[in-house]
Amino acid sequence: MKHDFNKLTDIFDKYPKTQESLIAILQDIQKEYQYLPCEALEQTSDVLDVPLSKVFSVSTFYNSFSLTAKGEKVVKICTGTACHIRGAKLLQDQLENHLAIKAGETTEDMKFTLEVVACVGACAMAPVVVVGDKYHGSVKVSRVKKLVKAK
Amino acid sequence: MKEYIGVDGYQALAKVLHKMTPDEVIDEIINSGLRGRGGGGFSAGKKWKICKNIKAEKHYVICNGDEGDPGAFMDRSIMEGDPHGVLEGMMIAAYAVGAKEGYIYVRDEYPLAVTHLEKAILDCERSGLLGENILGTDFSFSIKIARGAGAFVCGESSALMKSVAGEVGEPRATYIRSVVKGLYDEPTVLNNVETLVNVPTIIRKGADWYKSIGTKKSTGTKVFSLVGKVRNTGLIEVPMGITLREIIYDIGGGILDDRPFKAVQTGGPSGGCIPESMLDLPVDFDSLTEVGSMMGSGGMIVMDDTTCIVDVAKYFLEFLVEESCGKCTPCREGLYQLHKLLEKICSGKGEMSDIEKMERLSENVMIGSLCGLGKSGPNPLMSTLKYFKDEYIAHIKDKKCPAGVCPELITYKILDNCTGCMACIPACGYDAIEGKKKEVHVITQDKCTKCGACYAVCNFDSILVS
Ligand SMILES: Cc1cc2nc3c(=O)[nH]c(=O)nc-3n(C[C@H](O)[C@H](O)[C@H](O)COP(=O)(O)O)c2cc1C
Ligand code: FES
Repeated sequence: MKHDFNKLTDIFDKYPKTQESLIAILQDIQKEYQYLPCEALEQTSDVLDVPLSKVFSVSTFYNSFSLTAKGEKVVKICTGTACHIRGAKLLQDQLENHLAIKAGETTEDMKFTLEVVACVGACAMAPVVVVGDKYHGSVKVSRVKKLVKAK
Repeated sequence: MKEYIGVDGYQALAKVLHKMTPDEVIDEIINSGLRGRGGGGFSAGKKWKICKNIKAEKHYVICNGDEGDPGAFMDRSIMEGDPHGVLEGMMIAAYAVGAKEGYIYVRDEYPLAVTHLEKAILDCERSGLLGENILGTDFSFSIKIARGAGAFVCGESSALMKSVAGEVGEPRATYIRSVVKGLYDEPTVLNNVETLVNVPTIIRKGADWYKSIGTKKSTGTKVFSLVGKVRNTGLIEVPMGITLREIIYDIGGGILDDRPFKAVQTGGPSGGCIPESMLDLPVDFDSLTEVGSMMGSGGMIVMDDTTCIVDVAKYFLEFLVEESCGKCTPCREGLYQLHKLLEKICSGKGEMSDIEKMERLSENVMIGSLCGLGKSGPNPLMSTLKYFKDEYIAHIKDKKCPAGVCPELITYKILDNCTGCMACIPACGYDAIEGKKKEVHVITQDKCTKCGACYAVCNFDSILVS
């Protein structure tokens, strides 16, 4: 995939050039490109003067970072305790079945990526599914497929 | 910010800067009995005192807003709704221990909290409440935000500090205390969001006022996230010492659909399940620990008779296996094996000797693990084994899941009162249901995956799980 890497300079300029900024920079890159392109990691390593191996180890340790490209819309199924008890597994099953992918995968047309996340902090409205950045609470089986209608 | 000042905001800061020495501040906090709300329940004032008394070039104050406990969102609402309260608490802590720099570590899943805190910090910098010579004194302090990146173990103090420094968040052995050698090996005070937000009020109204709320050993109030199978879900702030029954029945309005209560889980993945016989237990740090659970950060998840206790234990173990950083073997391998055993039981292949195996292994994991994640990891399993052994035995001996949850041990059937509404047919993702309009539908058992979709959509209670 081709990317416009000029944006990286803007990201680097926001932070002091120390290792302390590493996670924040990676987060901004993840936000910009929806994942961490290899080239961006190499540049980060150069700019911060942190070994590439370290950049990779941080990128793979934390759940928020992904080294593969994601779909247009990320669908997050909350599987935190409150949601688990109120039927998150069933929603996951329905979405996996409907989109014909497993959690962690992306549909072939690159429209949706399905993810599970442990608690999005909206436990009072469990079970919760987040599509893009929209939170859907008290999701019912009868409604769940509508959340991923291709628009 | 104006609103915060309107409700006496930053009065406490002015009071400590102009009228109190750091030692007086620490004594006041010790005297108030304020205990850490992040899980451990350690006296906040005593922690500050240790930190202050260590001679070092720098001291740090860090606010723990990682809130990894799935099913809890107290700290999120505090950071989003009262960011200045958190900042003021940090400033007072910094003044008390002599810190010039502070960090707030916020969970990645809380972008709004980050936005609100950033704004609050900026407002403070502009009006001279953060920066050099605050309020005309020689106290200087600055606060930075560090965003987490989705790792539960980073709520643990030493892992958190590694993460703030931009490293992989692996904890280290706990004999080195972070108050002594924390961030960049300097003495560091780490407090939870809710702990810090209590500080300004204590300073303003006095330790004696604070002590008058709650119990003798657990003073003040605590915020809980009351969720699960309870009628009114949400955040509640209650005085310490209130009973579980009062919380669940008076405030929570009882169980959803008036089903029977089974258990309440507190303390997140490090806590345990409390059975009905203990509903009159007062909620404070020590009582909860005594029954094999813990206060934790304040998640309170209510379960009814349709929640399978073995499944819940399996759920927490799975979470911990995912989140274990993998540095130490007892935690990495031990939790993995415990999870395997639970899977075996849930799938109907369990043997009675597995219970004993799990008990022995749990003990080893608790003793051998490096950090709190492993040390308390077997708690959800141990507490459910203690109070709900019958349910384990039902899974093992009778090959039944009484709550109707574990797929391998249940069957779904459609009863004769089926109205033939056809709602369940498209809901089933596996084409396992057949039937015509206004005729009783049938489930083809060898296609059924027991996912429960038909049960969830049926409006006539026509699906029987057994
Ligand atoms: C695995 C693990 C996860 C933790 N997660 C959190 C957390 O999410 N939030 C928190 O405030 N404390 C968490 N803690 C507790 C912290 O290590 C620390 O004790 C606490 O932040 C100290 O603040 P307090 O004294 O104000 O409670 C966690 C501990 C462990 C072992
Ligand atoms: S458990 Fe799902 S939002 Fe908290």
